[in-house]
Amino acid sequence: MMDNKRKIVILTLISLAMTLAFVFWGLGPTNWRFFIQTRLPKVAAIAITGAAIGYSSLLFQTVSNNRILTPSVLGLDSLYMLLQTFVIFTFGSTSRVAVDRNLNFFITVILMVLFSTLLFKLLLQRESGNIMKLLLVGIIMGTLFSSLSSFMQMVIDPNEFMHVQDRMFASFNRVNTDILIVAMVITIGALSLTLKDTALWDVLTLGRDNAINLGVDYDRTIRRMLFTVSLLVSVSTALVGPITFLGMLVVNLAREMLNTFRHRELITGSILLGILFLVGGQLMVERVLNFSTPISVIINFVGGIYFIKLLLKESVG
Amino acid sequence: MIEIRGIEKNYGKLRVLDDVSTTIEKGKITSFIGPNGAGKSTLLSVVSRLVNQDRGQVLIEGRSLTDWDSDELAKKVSILRQSNHMNVRLTIRELVSFGRFPHSKGRLTKEDKDFIDRAIEYMKLEDIQHKYLDQLSGGQRQRAYIAMVIAQDTDYILLDEPLNNLDMKHAVEIMRMLKKLVRDLDKTIAIVIHDINFASCYSDRVVAMKDGRLMEEGETDKIINSHSLGQIYDMDFQVTRMNNMNLCVYF
Repeated sequence: MMDNKRKIVILTLISLAMTLAFVFWGLGPTNWRFFIQTRLPKVAAIAITGAAIGYSSLLFQTVSNNRILTPSVLGLDSLYMLLQTFVIFTFGSTSRVAVDRNLNFFITVILMVLFSTLLFKLLLQRESGNIMKLLLVGIIMGTLFSSLSSFMQMVIDPNEFMHVQDRMFASFNRVNTDILIVAMVITIGALSLTLKDTALWDVLTLGRDNAINLGVDYDRTIRRMLFTVSLLVSVSTALVGPITFLGMLVVNLAREMLNTFRHRELITGSILLGILFLVGGQLMVERVLNFSTPISVIINFVGGIYFIKLLLKESVG
Repeated sequence: MIEIRGIEKNYGKLRVLDDVSTTIEKGKITSFIGPNGAGKSTLLSVVSRLVNQDRGQVLIEGRSLTDWDSDELAKKVSILRQSNHMNVRLTIRELVSFGRFPHSKGRLTKEDKDFIDRAIEYMKLEDIQHKYLDQLSGGQRQRAYIAMVIAQDTDYILLDEPLNNLDMKHAVEIMRMLKKLVRDLDKTIAIVIHDINFASCYSDRVVAMKDGRLMEEGETDKIINSHSLGQIYDMDFQVTRMNNMNLCVYF
């Protein structure tokens, strides 16, 4: 058995190699200027998304004490789709809110964070630690949002629907540099502000009662974690589109690979795997499939198979 | 000393604790006895801040529970509940190490490691300390959890039915060990217990509860008699004296 340090080093090397391959593959003396300019922001967006998704999914699984959930049960993905559909439905695909990426990004992030903060406030303030109720309400809200957006998609002009559909799948092909920097600052900020809590999260895996017994301020810790999750999910979703299914995949692979309860190691593993999957997927989309398939289709395909495997394993164990 | 003053707790319309006041005296083993649903476990949960009461107050060494810093309290009072299902795979040693969290905040020092070693030794788990919890028998797992609480090294230890799942040998071992903790390390122990004879033989004080109310409290000898027990449990008891111990026959 390799120890975990070794595994993380190897994982880092593979992700790095993959990233370098993505940036430098196919460069020649004539075209390098153009390609570097398009590929660097893309790789940066991928790295941010991978980190945000891996980190938030792991935190979310610790909060909910469940290993097959992703933050999408909070309804954030559906809210994103509803917002995008609503904008195109009411203002049209040529309106400023739809076209101006910066404006769209900020409005989406702010509304998503507001929604989840409201949800946490309403449900966690009164009853201490009733996470299950929060999840249930999240799922119901998510269903409501998706139903509303499908309704609008039914009655929308078919040409406009094309624009909606374009936003239903995550994509790194239309990343804007201005937004990228904002997303980077928020993601790195959230990570560095919360990373000192990893020891607390380890204790949370023992369950609420044991955590309180060991002096963890349970309610406060949970609220902080959930807020971080919603911030990261909102930013990464507004940046590239809904892709949280990836989180379930990378966090569980990290668990399987590192076989530990320590968040410090699991976080590193999840983030690296997130980057690895996204870079690898994007490489396949661009160089093998020639952009014929969006990356989220590949992620959902691989993730779906892995999910079934997980379910089968759980039911046997 | 822990003072419990007028605690009331309701779950919806069901009142599980009704104006309960008692004390847990320092340096003694206090047993909480009573039929199922008497509110013993809930009371212990309130005392250890796992459950918030609707009315009343808990004072730990004169200071109200709400005035304690969560960190400081975790070095003063520990609780072990009866069901401890976990979603993660841990070895005994890893579990016991968690007991040091209030002191170490996740970075174990040499002193912490000594405490962990001692707690594992105390519970006779040295040989299996690297085994995973899911590979253990119910009794071994229970001992591992108690070792965690010992490593936490608090003055007050609250145990909610620690003898669950244990055979007589291990149950006796644990009660002896608790006595030793009180004698050697000056700990204060409160324990919810169903086996009335264990309560009679090992505790200094008994607190009897029924239907969310306090029935009786006092020195063990004062409570363990056929009249009191009969009222608490609604059945006939015969108490006989043997080898200087009061034993209850109720079969």
